[in-house]
Amino acid sequence: MNGKSDVLVIGAGVIGCAIARELSKFKIKTTLLEKEVDVGSGVSKGNSGVLHTGLYYPKGSLKAKLCVEGRLMFPALAEQLDVPYRLCGKHVIARTEEELEDLENLKAVGEGNGVEGLTIISGEELKKRETRLDALYALYSPVAGIFPPYLFTIALAENALNNGVKVHVNTKVSAIKQENGGYKVTTNQGDFYADFVVNSAGLYADKISAMVGLDDYKLYPCRGEYLLLDKNCGDLISSMVYPVPPKIAGVLGVHLTPTLDGNVMIGPTEEFIDSREDTRTTKEKVQQLVEGAKDLLPSIPLNQIIYGFAAVRSKITPPNEKTSRDFIIQEDLENFINMIGMESPGLTSSPAIAKLIVQMIQKKMDLKEKTDFNPIRKRTKPVSEASRTEQAALIKADPEYGEIVCRCEHVSKREVLDALDNPISEKTVAAVKYRTRAGMGRCHGGFCLPKIVEILKEEYGIPPEEIKLKNLDSVLFIGKTKDLRESGQSE
Amino acid sequence: MSEFPCRDVDLVVVGAGPAGLAAAISAKKNGVQDLIVIERNDWLGGILPQCIHDGFGLELFKEQLTGPEYAQRYIDELKERGISCLLNSMVLEVTPEKKVFVASPEGLVCFNAKAVILAMGCRERTRGQICIPGTRPAGVFTAGVAQNLINLRNVMVGRNMVILGSGDIGLIMARRLTLEGAKVHAVVEILPHTNGLPRNIQQCLIDYDIPLLLSHTVTEIHGQNRVEAVTISPVDENLKPIEGKEKKIPCDTLLLSIGLIPENDLSKNFGVKLSPVTGGAVVDETLETSVPGVFACGNALHVHDVVDFVTLEAEQAGKSAAEYVLGKAQKAERVPVEAGDGVRYVLPYSIRRGVDVELSIRVTCPGENVSVGFFDGETLVKKKQFRKVHPAQMINIKLKGSKTVAVNALKVEVVGK
Repeated sequence: MNGKSDVLVIGAGVIGCAIARELSKFKIKTTLLEKEVDVGSGVSKGNSGVLHTGLYYPKGSLKAKLCVEGRLMFPALAEQLDVPYRLCGKHVIARTEEELEDLENLKAVGEGNGVEGLTIISGEELKKRETRLDALYALYSPVAGIFPPYLFTIALAENALNNGVKVHVNTKVSAIKQENGGYKVTTNQGDFYADFVVNSAGLYADKISAMVGLDDYKLYPCRGEYLLLDKNCGDLISSMVYPVPPKIAGVLGVHLTPTLDGNVMIGPTEEFIDSREDTRTTKEKVQQLVEGAKDLLPSIPLNQIIYGFAAVRSKITPPNEKTSRDFIIQEDLENFINMIGMESPGLTSSPAIAKLIVQMIQKKMDLKEKTDFNPIRKRTKPVSEASRTEQAALIKADPEYGEIVCRCEHVSKREVLDALDNPISEKTVAAVKYRTRAGMGRCHGGFCLPKIVEILKEEYGIPPEEIKLKNLDSVLFIGKTKDLRESGQSE
Repeated sequence: MSEFPCRDVDLVVVGAGPAGLAAAISAKKNGVQDLIVIERNDWLGGILPQCIHDGFGLELFKEQLTGPEYAQRYIDELKERGISCLLNSMVLEVTPEKKVFVASPEGLVCFNAKAVILAMGCRERTRGQICIPGTRPAGVFTAGVAQNLINLRNVMVGRNMVILGSGDIGLIMARRLTLEGAKVHAVVEILPHTNGLPRNIQQCLIDYDIPLLLSHTVTEIHGQNRVEAVTISPVDENLKPIEGKEKKIPCDTLLLSIGLIPENDLSKNFGVKLSPVTGGAVVDETLETSVPGVFACGNALHVHDVVDFVTLEAEQAGKSAAEYVLGKAQKAERVPVEAGDGVRYVLPYSIRRGVDVELSIRVTCPGENVSVGFFDGETLVKKKQFRKVHPAQMINIKLKGSKTVAVNALKVEVVGK
């Protein structure tokens, strides 16, 4: 028996977590459900990690309004939640005189949406800022930023949890029924009851909506693939570099995004697919990314690729439609809010969406602010971000800081232990990766995996056959070394 | 007034694998008294303790030793000579002034070194680096990681294997996994020839009836949570998969033995010039890098075929570092050595005129009855005939100082068919 909540949020992507955190400011019982074993397991971890400015969305749209609002809210929120970010700015580059008109149009749309500081600069000016880039003109947006989206999502969820929200991972909703003026939500972990339900299920929002009989929505899964360059590519670009967007609905074009750690991301692609779980990378799209990257930056060192990944967007815009449809955020049923088509700029908009949802709930429910809401959440200080003096102090206070588990990213055992002790996720290798960066570097887990296995065995008593990569079914090992021979299972 | 201890030291050796151990011993033998070896793991010997197969030491000891046995000889000598070693200690940074920052559970320490030997070894190329398309399930391991897990951590990685790449670790692991009761369905190699030593092909594959598929590669990984299959495909002469010839092999594990890359994150960050071909430092015949007083050896310099050659090279680095520390190193003008046709790389990258040197040469493709020639412009300086050459087998050629007294530059080429 899971008890009754005032508000139940389905889906712990960045938007669901932002909503849960916003709701945790009030004297109500909030529950957050997530079908995967960790928060932010879908597109919230597989995106460019960009704080968008609001250049691309028609004036008056929810996308335009929430993107600009969310961006303005983000820095203060990031400070409270101890999420690193950098307002590195963004250049949309024009390679032909005709594209200058596109830049001017983007600038006009952006200014209409309230985007500050937009300027069109010459190719020479661009060259001074980005020495490796050749273009005739560029639209510069100084307020665009970058941050690790998974850290942000985790931080929101942890802060919500610390302020009383119940977070249930590995909890998949299978049915929703209106009952006694509220909702009964059936899951693989039993039934949940709530007065108010927020459907923040992202890629599955249409399916969740259909569970209450609202089956008019259809989402079109659209895969985006990325390539990641080694962090020694940090001096390639200092800002985000975008082409003029191709004339396809909602498509920004293959772009280059620096990361805080010095990597460069190439992507994403756009490909409508049949299966929502199909996060494969493909030969064709890798080739497209390579060519797109060379087109933007001919000197890009493609031998520095360390990883390829993909995630699936939830688009409400059908494949052949010319203009991208807006977010749908509405109370489609009494005390049931649907959020449909939450694609880009959903990450940037998430703080503003959370505010909007709370306002919508406030109209129906008396929300009293808590006096003891704690907006502050601290992550374990990464030893790699500390100065030498700070490192010395950290290790002196806690020797686990002196044991470096991940050699590529310089992640200490303290950080790994704290990631495994996190209050939300199962103890998977991925939970460590997304919290600490151990396994995100150029060896992609080669050196740290055996050490993490050792820690799971020694510190938590988890035998090898129970160690999971990313979810409960992604078993990493079959057992101990002699097991196959002794069990007679050998082939 | 720093908040952590700083210590002056004559020599810091980064890494206690076979290269670091031999370099430290050699430096001590050659007169360096105050030296320290820094090792990230909590054991000495680097990769050797997980290499429980034999075949080590044939060159140096004329014996078939296992990895741990080979390492032990040097560990014992290190201890006998009273060389101090910090275990579980990670070098975070080396500066151009040769300050070496080391983190360990004991604390952060800065060593002000007169000389540094870089012996960090190498790392394995991963799935991401060669962009194998498909899903990203559990069950994809590099061969060395699988070896570490099985031999050192008592963890078995899977039941049904495909191995991509015929490098020596992949071959050794094909046998090891078979002995552990797993089924190795195939070793798949994109090139028309193997990258492993001939003795490993015989002893690890042929002796166990493990199929070797040359000119094939893995074109897709399947399985959402755990590997369920891989698609393999033959490749054409440009190494491109041939459409329509794919074949799906059910398996739960894909091991990758697709190349080793010298580990030089530290080196790059303090300005050591690296070769784009080897990924290791550019060194002269003393193994000194572009940063004076900093030497490189072992697999951090270039990937070696057998450990015996790592040891020999490291001994040279130790000797050179000793000469530098003791002020015996002579400044001299050097002439460049360049790889020409048929040669992937030559070490060292420059030599002193008139000094006897030994050059290490790796050819680009296998050949029979060919010669390796040293040219100064059009002038042939030296030529040596080989019955067989192979990229997996380093060629070592001694060049007498008398031959290089007046050369301006050297280019090394494979000549004749």
